[in-house]
Amino acid sequence: MKNNTTSKGLGIHTRRAIAYIILILLSFFCLIWFFILFINATRANSELGTGFTIVPGTYLLKNWETMIHRPIPIVRGMFNSLFVATMSAILCTYFSSMTAYAIHAYEFKARKAVFTLILMIMTIPTQVSALGFIQLIGNIGLRDSHWALILPSIAAPVTFFYMKQYMDSTLPLSLIEAARIDGAGEFKIFNTMVVPLMKPAIAVQAIFCFVGSWNNFFVPTLVLDTETKKTLPILIAELRNTDWATFDMGAVYMSIAFSIFPVIIVYLILSKHIVGGMTLGGVKG
Amino acid sequence: MKKKKSSNVVKYNRWGYIFLIPFFVTFIVFQLIPLFGTFWNSFFENYRSGRQQIGPNFIGIENFKTIITSGLIWKYARNTLIMWVLGFVPQIFFSLLLGAWFSDKRLSIKASGFFKTVIYLPNLIMASAFAMLFFTLFSEGGPVNSILVNLHILKEPFAFLNDIAATRGLVGLMNFVMWFGNTTLLLLAGMLGIDPSLYEAAEVDGATSTQKFFRITLPILKPILVYVVITSLIGGLQMFDVPSVLTNGKGNPMETSMTLIMYLNNHLYSKNFGLAGTVSVLLFLITGILSFIVFKVSNEKNVK
Repeated sequence: MKNNTTSKGLGIHTRRAIAYIILILLSFFCLIWFFILFINATRANSELGTGFTIVPGTYLLKNWETMIHRPIPIVRGMFNSLFVATMSAILCTYFSSMTAYAIHAYEFKARKAVFTLILMIMTIPTQVSALGFIQLIGNIGLRDSHWALILPSIAAPVTFFYMKQYMDSTLPLSLIEAARIDGAGEFKIFNTMVVPLMKPAIAVQAIFCFVGSWNNFFVPTLVLDTETKKTLPILIAELRNTDWATFDMGAVYMSIAFSIFPVIIVYLILSKHIVGGMTLGGVKG
Repeated sequence: MKKKKSSNVVKYNRWGYIFLIPFFVTFIVFQLIPLFGTFWNSFFENYRSGRQQIGPNFIGIENFKTIITSGLIWKYARNTLIMWVLGFVPQIFFSLLLGAWFSDKRLSIKASGFFKTVIYLPNLIMASAFAMLFFTLFSEGGPVNSILVNLHILKEPFAFLNDIAATRGLVGLMNFVMWFGNTTLLLLAGMLGIDPSLYEAAEVDGATSTQKFFRITLPILKPILVYVVITSLIGGLQMFDVPSVLTNGKGNPMETSMTLIMYLNNHLYSKNFGLAGTVSVLLFLITGILSFIVFKVSNEKNVK
């Protein structure tokens, strides 16, 4: 396309047509996998062997039943994932707001240094400290506990950075001064005034924290040992681990659908905020 | 009066430190101590041989020598890099193209909200479930083979996951599908920040949209582009979920899709803490260098 320049370039209509064709093709490439997944989750194991059809089957409920009666506790995993992701999202957004507020509202000496330090922390991948992390949680008795996955989200540099950006644009210091004159304590100001003002940012970041925790795979596999404590990504990987020949493929597709579609549905409902929020935090980062 | 006010400010500013406590306590306990713990481990011989526990014995930098001379780490680094490039090249190409189209007011793409929603969607999908999905879709008896055979593109089912190029290509494809929407939105935000009068002036001079893209958009976007490339490379170094689930942690065929983090994970599982620590330190150093470049570039941007 880019080589296709004459002295005047392509006409606007041709360019628009090309743009739409490419956009539709790319959208197709984003969605086709989930479409096939949906179709196959509705078909019986025996039908799946005979090839793909575009028409959904009638085995949706039967595949569901097969899935929940399998030894891999997928539904339990869903609740584990929900618990870990919800708690992480709450702690992550609340304490990141608090950290951002510390930098935003107070002029203490180490302010700039702390800000730079947190940005540097942002660049350390969690994997490189994983070894020390599993040894540590072994020592403090958090091995095989969901809290080992939840508590670290209190220190979330990316969320902190977004909150700081948001405060810069929406939280005037004069407002805090006014509250102080009214005699409110610092903690009270933060909890009853700042947090409600931050609601839009907290909502956006809660979604990202939730999804990040929901999808997290590397650390949870190292932390959780008990089958009934495991989160969804681990159970999905275990599905891959098991013997294929004996498997009911309908139930396999059902399990994958079960871990993917809830996120898609929530995303479609909230997409406006997510797509907008993602750019706001991203570009300035 | 003045003095009283400043002491008040100092009194308040102490709260800055208090509000920082949760972050730093958490960071020190769950990240900093583990990081030092990991480094510490890299200087010890500490593994299991059958039922026997060897070490921990201090052996200095022997682990580093072992890792670097064994050659495996280079092989896995190469695999990681190849799969990253396979996903990143189409990703940056389509992201620039889509960003330019979405930000082009004359082109005025309709339903751009719909398209943005759709292309960003795969970014939120659980990578392990997505990889599992691709494994079933591209298996020999799976729907992709069935469709390709029915369309007479293939004569007989093709074993994608027994083929080196196909396996790496699938990992690249998944990374592309999962990340190009994210990159498009990033670049688009950068493009929307460009002063429209620059384009108007170029149009008066008779520039085509291709010329506008290469002479105006790309040069102005350069800092964001460098940021995108390096952060994507850092993300690429951490590639794990997709190839691990797709190949069941083995990096088949013949470890050609084994990544650095899968290598680390194998040492963690076999409880070879010495070598796991060493691989971690090396990854930390590489990431550190790359992050340093990001900081340099983004500081330049701020000065401008």
